[in-house]
Amino acid sequence: MMLEARDLACERGDLRLFSGLEFALSAGELLWVRGANGSGKTSLLRLVAGLSRPAAGSIHWRGEDIRALAEEYARELLFIGHSNAVKDEFSAEENLAVSLDLAGRRSSAAERAAALEQLGLAARARLPARYLSQGQKRRVALARLCLAADVPLWILDEPFAALDARALDTVVGLVDAHLARGGAAILTTHQEVTIAARARFSIALGD
Amino acid sequence: MTIDSYRLQGEAGIRGWLLFRFAAPQAFYPLAGRVIPWFGALATLLAAAGLYISFFVAPTDAQQGEAYRIIFIHVAAAWMSMFLYVVMACWAALGLVLNTRLSGMMASAIAPTGAMFTFVALWSGALWGKPTWGTWWVWDARLTSELILLFLYFGFIALTNAIEDPRRADRAGAVLAIVGVINIPIIYFSVQWWNTLHQGASVSLTRAPSMAMTMLTGMLLMALAAWMYSIAVVLARVRSIILERERDAEWVRGLRGVE
Amino acid sequence: MLAGLKAIVARDLRLSMRRRGDVLNHLVFFVIVVTLFPLGVGAEPNLLRAMAPGILWVAALLAAMLSLQRLFAADFADGTLEQMLISAQPLGVIVVGKMIAHWMMSGLPLTLLAPVLGVQFDLPQAALATLVLSLAIGTPVLSLIGGVGAALTLGVRGGGVLLALLVLPLYVPVLIFGAGAVAEVSGGMSAAPHLSLLGAFLAISCAVAPWATCAALRVAYD
Repeated sequence: MMLEARDLACERGDLRLFSGLEFALSAGELLWVRGANGSGKTSLLRLVAGLSRPAAGSIHWRGEDIRALAEEYARELLFIGHSNAVKDEFSAEENLAVSLDLAGRRSSAAERAAALEQLGLAARARLPARYLSQGQKRRVALARLCLAADVPLWILDEPFAALDARALDTVVGLVDAHLARGGAAILTTHQEVTIAARARFSIALGD
Repeated sequence: MTIDSYRLQGEAGIRGWLLFRFAAPQAFYPLAGRVIPWFGALATLLAAAGLYISFFVAPTDAQQGEAYRIIFIHVAAAWMSMFLYVVMACWAALGLVLNTRLSGMMASAIAPTGAMFTFVALWSGALWGKPTWGTWWVWDARLTSELILLFLYFGFIALTNAIEDPRRADRAGAVLAIVGVINIPIIYFSVQWWNTLHQGASVSLTRAPSMAMTMLTGMLLMALAAWMYSIAVVLARVRSIILERERDAEWVRGLRGVE
Repeated sequence: MLAGLKAIVARDLRLSMRRRGDVLNHLVFFVIVVTLFPLGVGAEPNLLRAMAPGILWVAALLAAMLSLQRLFAADFADGTLEQMLISAQPLGVIVVGKMIAHWMMSGLPLTLLAPVLGVQFDLPQAALATLVLSLAIGTPVLSLIGGVGAALTLGVRGGGVLLALLVLPLYVPVLIFGAGAVAEVSGGMSAAPHLSLLGAFLAISCAVAPWATCAALRVAYD
């Protein structure tokens, strides 16, 4: 078992979004977080990523509290949230290089070019990102997934939103391959997608 | 949505110490209410005694006449302004480290009183300056430091008011207060040095008239009175902050007079 | 860790270079403010020479303050800061890297421009040199302390003015000793004690500011 949440509670302002939440995730497993808008899906993902502290409870990675692990845990996860973390002044290629750098992963120009090609951005790789459409910027953010084979935990917030059919297939394929390699993934999505996984769990928030 | 006893247990259960039993706002609220009148009474008594000594018992100063008596208020206010900032920073730091809600509320409750004393110190300094030097303001080391301390208080109040989420506001204020506390001695020292360089030989507030025993007693009494007053006022303010922040809790709804 | 630091500095510098307008604006502001003072107080040379250290220091301070918003605001808005918080690099390294890059694009140009403006005030040669030295030590302190303020006011309404209100009082000692150093040298004395105190402030800020900034960033996201 890799990831475990114990007695998790989350508040936003005065509102308690959820409490007493528990789950466990092992290699090859996918956790699908469902719920209406505002029910706390993004908040849960941010808690798991270590971006915010829970109001109660704890999260454990390989048995240890993630707050104790800090950077060690950060190295083992990949988080793609709502915002793309794409800078308008940088090209798609440069953006990818910077985000991989932050994640502690060195990459070669060839690897980055291949990743962008896989997401259908080869033609626009060198344009400043301000000239890309919303969907294309999303794809730049998702291109990290091509080079994240060694990252065990993927936390993806609405990864399939604003993608066309081909890009959708590509990203689903990437998640499939990741799970097959023994990685784990947590994601939220409103779309119906088929992902092959050793086990699929879902949590529905907001009842 | 009710914020239930879950959190109460969580916070009180951190350690079983008596101190932490009152760390939850629900327990602190009635306790504060009971002690406020005592502190208020103490403050009144001490102030009466201090003012009596200041105005009637302490001897007239040879150089400055009767006007110097304002120093009793000025010194007490200045001491309290600095003392309260340190206390505020301590509460804020406690809230940051232990993640207790009450600590942040205490810090927010202290700030306006601290700012008030700073303002009183400045105003009483000006009132002293006018008959003594003929001007309302002088760039004396202590006055200038007090002015900057006032800005520090304003900064804390402005920051905590500008952030809407109370927990984030408390924690941001805590970081600011801690950085400020480290800076206060540095600021005071810098201004002191700057002042001696530029002011030269003029009489300054920092060189108070040599202390007769009665003067010292007067100042101490006023300082103690200010301290008791601060405790009473801060506790009253924190009670209203508690009511405001915990307004969705069941125990608040159960209080008489709260709809 | 050093490689990570260099990477962050390089990234931020590259970003600034592509947004040159931002960077130049506050330099122009510096020149304008310095020019305003003689217009306001009259052109009496002795008066201006006496006031010059203070004017130049305050103007540099205000200009550097204007650029502080840039430190985290853009990264906060587009989600990059989020990634930095959960990056494999320690947050402290990232923060220090950003502050270094910020200083290189704001404090450093101001430091180099100041003596040119000091000539307008008829400051003696030695005073100009001290001006550069004092600003060279003092502007990094502003990037450091200002970083704390910028992190505290992330996404808060009234951000820019609030930032100034928070940072300027904390900055007073640096102003006093920085301008004081130049004034001493103008008067023919040594500025060594002032400069060493400035150095001490720099050391204290290096110790405290990165920690406080990281804490403030985490508070913003909690």
